[in-house]
Amino acid sequence: MTGKPAVLTSVEIEEITAEMSHYADKAAVSIEALKIVQKYRRWVSDECLVAVAELLGISPAQLEGVATFYNLIYRQPVGRSVIHYCNSVSCWMLGAEQVRERLCRHLNVEPGEMSADGEYTVLPIVCLGACDHAPVVLVGGQLRLDVTDDTVDEMLGR
Amino acid sequence: MDKMDKPLTQNIEPDRLFATLADYERTGGYQGLRKAVKELQPKEVQQWVKDAELRGRGGSGFPAGLKWSLVPMDDARQVRYLIANGDEMEPGTFKDRFLLEKDPHQLIEGMIIAAYAIQARTAYIFLRAEYHLAARRLEQALQEARAKDYLGERILNSDFSLDIHLHTSAGRYICGEETALINALEGKRAHPRTKPPFAVVSGLWGRPTVVNNIETLCNVPHIIRYGVEWYKGLGRGADHGTKLFGASGRVKRPGLWELPMGTPIREIFEEQAGGMQAGFSLRGLLPGGASTEFLLPEQLDVPMDYEAVAKAGSRMGTGGLIILDDKTCPVKMVLNLELFFAQESCGWCTPCRDGLPWAAALLQDIVEGRGRLEDLETLSGLTRMMGLGHTFCALALGAMEPLQSALKFFRADFERYITGAGEG
Ligand SMILES: Cc1cc2nc3c(=O)[nH]c(=O)nc-3n(C[C@H](O)[C@H](O)[C@H](O)COP(=O)(O)O)c2cc1C
Ligand code: SF4
Ligand code: FES
Repeated sequence: MTGKPAVLTSVEIEEITAEMSHYADKAAVSIEALKIVQKYRRWVSDECLVAVAELLGISPAQLEGVATFYNLIYRQPVGRSVIHYCNSVSCWMLGAEQVRERLCRHLNVEPGEMSADGEYTVLPIVCLGACDHAPVVLVGGQLRLDVTDDTVDEMLGR
Repeated sequence: MDKMDKPLTQNIEPDRLFATLADYERTGGYQGLRKAVKELQPKEVQQWVKDAELRGRGGSGFPAGLKWSLVPMDDARQVRYLIANGDEMEPGTFKDRFLLEKDPHQLIEGMIIAAYAIQARTAYIFLRAEYHLAARRLEQALQEARAKDYLGERILNSDFSLDIHLHTSAGRYICGEETALINALEGKRAHPRTKPPFAVVSGLWGRPTVVNNIETLCNVPHIIRYGVEWYKGLGRGADHGTKLFGASGRVKRPGLWELPMGTPIREIFEEQAGGMQAGFSLRGLLPGGASTEFLLPEQLDVPMDYEAVAKAGSRMGTGGLIILDDKTCPVKMVLNLELFFAQESCGWCTPCRDGLPWAAALLQDIVEGRGRLEDLETLSGLTRMMGLGHTFCALALGAMEPLQSALKFFRADFERYITGAGEG
């Protein structure tokens, strides 16, 4: 549309458009599109959400409904690195609460908050499919297994 | 044990990062596919899998060949889809990630054969967002398969064409329920759909769609390559083939093992997992992930096949044993489970949307010393309210399984909190 500054980058638009060829309709790429935007910006702002909806030819309200349903689409800013600690049953039995406490104490945050320096957000997550190595943490796309106090300290560079 | 006794993990070796295409082909990989497209009609492939009595490994145990045979096949122009369910989020379950990371081509071959059997030309792998390594290995394996003519137009010079797309999800346990998964794949909120119509008749974009678990599909190449009789010889009890069984909790060697169907729980627990860690004893176990009923130490001789575990009062589920030790409070454990289910309820139907947070709140009250004896009756009432046929999908039903069995087996633990005697 004329006059309006472009919200999405050409790279984002290109990647989203490429996804469209895999599905029978454009709306189906909603989740992928939000994840592409998030990959570059860490979270999905209102402005981006509207731009993606426009690109896919659906209403912003419809896309917002999708975005809020999925817990790994962030609708508010998160730290450069999101630390997910598993709090499901096997990890809970083997010390997930201790992991959470140490993470939160070091960073001086509650789960869901971003650290003051904008580096980290700590979030709980359901079973990460590595229960034989509980407790488990997912950070930077990598699973950290058999997590101890030392692992947490090392992860945060303490 | 002979490698042929462990078809699913035959290419997985301790000193090998993962099985490459060359590793996979060396042990006969893609021979099943060759045989299927060159020698067998789609209906025959269906029949083989039916005769092998392969049951779905995603939790419900539905016969795979039967599912495939329900797909309308008359109209050659009909669009059909195959979906591999890699949403694995059932707490205590870690088998599909292992199969995907360690031997991605096994799934891909299984998918191509399954797609051939139902004549689907497009297939999707629905993968949970957190499985980053599996996603990378799958993308690479898909490219390799395309380059080798196992995938794409006119596969191995046959008339059959297929492409497979990887869809990575964005969270929520409910996405694993097959009709919710279909909505997620269509880019919608992942609410389950009304059944009927069943997905095999009207699924993805209203087309006939088969959804199968990752492990289910990984069995398929071996059935086609080595035959029905061989496959049926692998089981030890009523069910056939092998299965990946896991154990987590305070056992000596938590892990995952491929064993014959029908292996007694005792062998998994004692021989594979090494029994309890020093200083702990066995209090009970969930045999197949979070949404199964507790079994007790005196039930260790139950064989892990579908009917036997059902007869013992639980479900085989995903085959991931979650071990409850004597120093973990069963009430708190059930609270952890119900908090999970309450959080993951999709909110579509009232009994589940309201009932699960209510159950979790009552359990929270109990462990924090605010419980009353009548709360136990209310909890029992909730297990009935969310019983079979009262909710839209099986999430709520599954959520009630550990709770109702805990109320039965560990009643004294609940009561001790309430009467003020506290935990333990
Ligand atoms: C809440 C819920 C979650 C589920 N999650 C999964 C899952 O992550 N993976 C899976 O294969 N099946 C899951 N299922 C079962 C599927 O609905 C479906 O039965 C299965 O994918 C069919 O494959 P199969 O017949 O090969 O087992 C889930 C079911 C429910 C009710
Ligand atoms: S039972 Fe729960 S998860 Fe299933 S449809 Fe109803 S609200 Fe959603
Ligand atoms: S319970 Fe934490 S990884 Fe499964």
